[in-house]
Amino acid sequence: MLANLMAWIDKRLPVTDAWNKHLAQYPAPKNFNFWYIFGSLAILVLVNQLLTGIWLTMDYNPSGEGAFASIEYIMRDVDYGWLLRYMHSTGASAFFVVIYMHMFRGLMYGSYQKPRELLWLFGMLIFLALMAEAFMGYLLPWGNMSYWGAQVIISLFGAIPVIGDDLTLWIRGDYVISGATLNRFFALHVAAIPLVLVILVFFHILALHEVGSNNPEGTDIKKPKGSIPEEEQSKFKFHKNYTDKYDIVDAIPFHPYYSVKDIMYVVAFIFIFCWVMFFHPDGGGYFMEAPNFEPANGLKTPPHIAPVWYFGPFYTILRIIPSKGIGAIGMFAAIIVLFLLPWFDRGVVKSLKSRSKLHTFNLIQFAISFIVLGVLGTKAPSPMNNMIGIIAAFGYFGFFVALWFYSKNEKTKPVPERVSG
Amino acid sequence: MKKLIITLVTAFILTPTLAMANSGAHLEHADNDLTDKASLQRGFKGFIDNCLGCHELKYQRYNRTFKDLEISNDDGLANWMYTGEKVGDHITNTMPKKQAAKWFGTAPPDLTLEARLRSPDWIYTYLRSFYVDSERPFGVNNKVFKDVGMPHVLQNLQGIRTIDEHGNLGSATGGSMTEEEYDSFVRDLTNFLEYTAEPSKLERESMGYWVLGYLFILFIFSYFLKKEFWKDVH
Repeated sequence: MLANLMAWIDKRLPVTDAWNKHLAQYPAPKNFNFWYIFGSLAILVLVNQLLTGIWLTMDYNPSGEGAFASIEYIMRDVDYGWLLRYMHSTGASAFFVVIYMHMFRGLMYGSYQKPRELLWLFGMLIFLALMAEAFMGYLLPWGNMSYWGAQVIISLFGAIPVIGDDLTLWIRGDYVISGATLNRFFALHVAAIPLVLVILVFFHILALHEVGSNNPEGTDIKKPKGSIPEEEQSKFKFHKNYTDKYDIVDAIPFHPYYSVKDIMYVVAFIFIFCWVMFFHPDGGGYFMEAPNFEPANGLKTPPHIAPVWYFGPFYTILRIIPSKGIGAIGMFAAIIVLFLLPWFDRGVVKSLKSRSKLHTFNLIQFAISFIVLGVLGTKAPSPMNNMIGIIAAFGYFGFFVALWFYSKNEKTKPVPERVSG
Repeated sequence: MKKLIITLVTAFILTPTLAMANSGAHLEHADNDLTDKASLQRGFKGFIDNCLGCHELKYQRYNRTFKDLEISNDDGLANWMYTGEKVGDHITNTMPKKQAAKWFGTAPPDLTLEARLRSPDWIYTYLRSFYVDSERPFGVNNKVFKDVGMPHVLQNLQGIRTIDEHGNLGSATGGSMTEEEYDSFVRDLTNFLEYTAEPSKLERESMGYWVLGYLFILFIFSYFLKKEFWKDVH
């Protein structure tokens, strides 16, 4: 009965074929380590945000008069409204933790290098859309930090010569941030950007499956057709889309092997997530900032305006440069260099396991610089913090410049032909 | 590789420590207990009698408060509500906001979320830190909230403190309560305001233990499931 139904559908839509091609017979390197779970986790948090977001929308009131009160209505009068809201707010921070780890994995193992440049670019577009999504979502509670945070960021566009003032007016839909701004941010946050995100994620995965997954050793599991004797090829059955073109070694089907492995890590992740959500939902004042517990007030500036922690690194780069215009350029440049990473790196060896000590050092200093910039972004400015910020910003941009220079003639170990272990 | 992980883990642990080092004025620990229903009821009473004239709890409903504080609706209507509201109404007053802004310099803020905006310790310390200052319109100032617009409403209970040239507060004189009684009264008020700031807090935490327990058991199963499947690979 069921088999007949599937046959009927498969004649009209290649469901079984797609299932096999992308899951049950997709060749994944067998040596994925801990760092490779964050792709699956990113999809998990995306789904969490989409679902909790839909239910929050049912009770949220997107107006300057009603937004703040409707959040408190959700927190008090809606059954398990507090749970939905905390899942969504904790989910936002979790999304960035997961994405930053996922990106760092790409940096460590050279997952952005040829032939995965387009895959990396789709990933960066997702990151960009995610930042826009988070920024607009943060205005919706209509608390005082929502208001002033948006004020600071939107005013950046005013630094653009000639059109700046008209542009900020166009973004806000008003001369100050008002209910009109809230309404359009709501529309973008719940409809436009989620749609873009889902489409980009779709292309990200399609591009991944076209070039195949990288792995911690940076070896290629797809060998030229006919180069590997039958008995050395992977014993599992893979989709003909892959085996027609290549001999596959050291690979296992994504499903069930990585799906059961991911389930294990997903449970561990949800454990940590729930520990934060149930016992520290405001994340020590970093996920939910204290000034956001009073309504937006255009006449009362919070003593210290700080963006949510995940914007910290970029906010610090903006702040350490005294001129607002150049600061904004610096901030956007910090994101653009990430886009261009596949071309800054002129090396051919992917994984840091086979690359030079210099590269490992460069990567570690980059990670530290990024974290330091992030911490500074949440703190009040001071001459000392400014100095540290400038050093860290040099570390951040220096990573890319140094990489471009040494990667051309880098001393590397030979990449292992086959995956070990 | 190991070094890299150690570096990152250290950085993640250090980050919040660094961030915490940067805090404001000294606050005393409120030491309140949300599970103490009697304390919450005393705090609710204290709020109605002393605060509600000016400050609202406009996001909090009477009947929700009765339910969480274990007061029956009949008892609540008879003994806790004075001005003829319905039991499902929010806890509000009739003070005209514009007039109030003229009287005090700023309209008295809503206090539903005060404990999350400023912290319970802040409320506890604030209410105990009024002192004599003849420069101010109401003759009092506050050590935690400098030049606050609010008069010392609880002066008949606490009495009034003085401040010396080093900024140290003296002990209160002229109130109807001893220092211990007043501290306990303020602790109850603080407790009640922490409750209104997040009425679902206790439910959240008790649910949290069940969820974590469930996930722990699920993790054991998922670990063995993975192990079983991966026998084919190794």
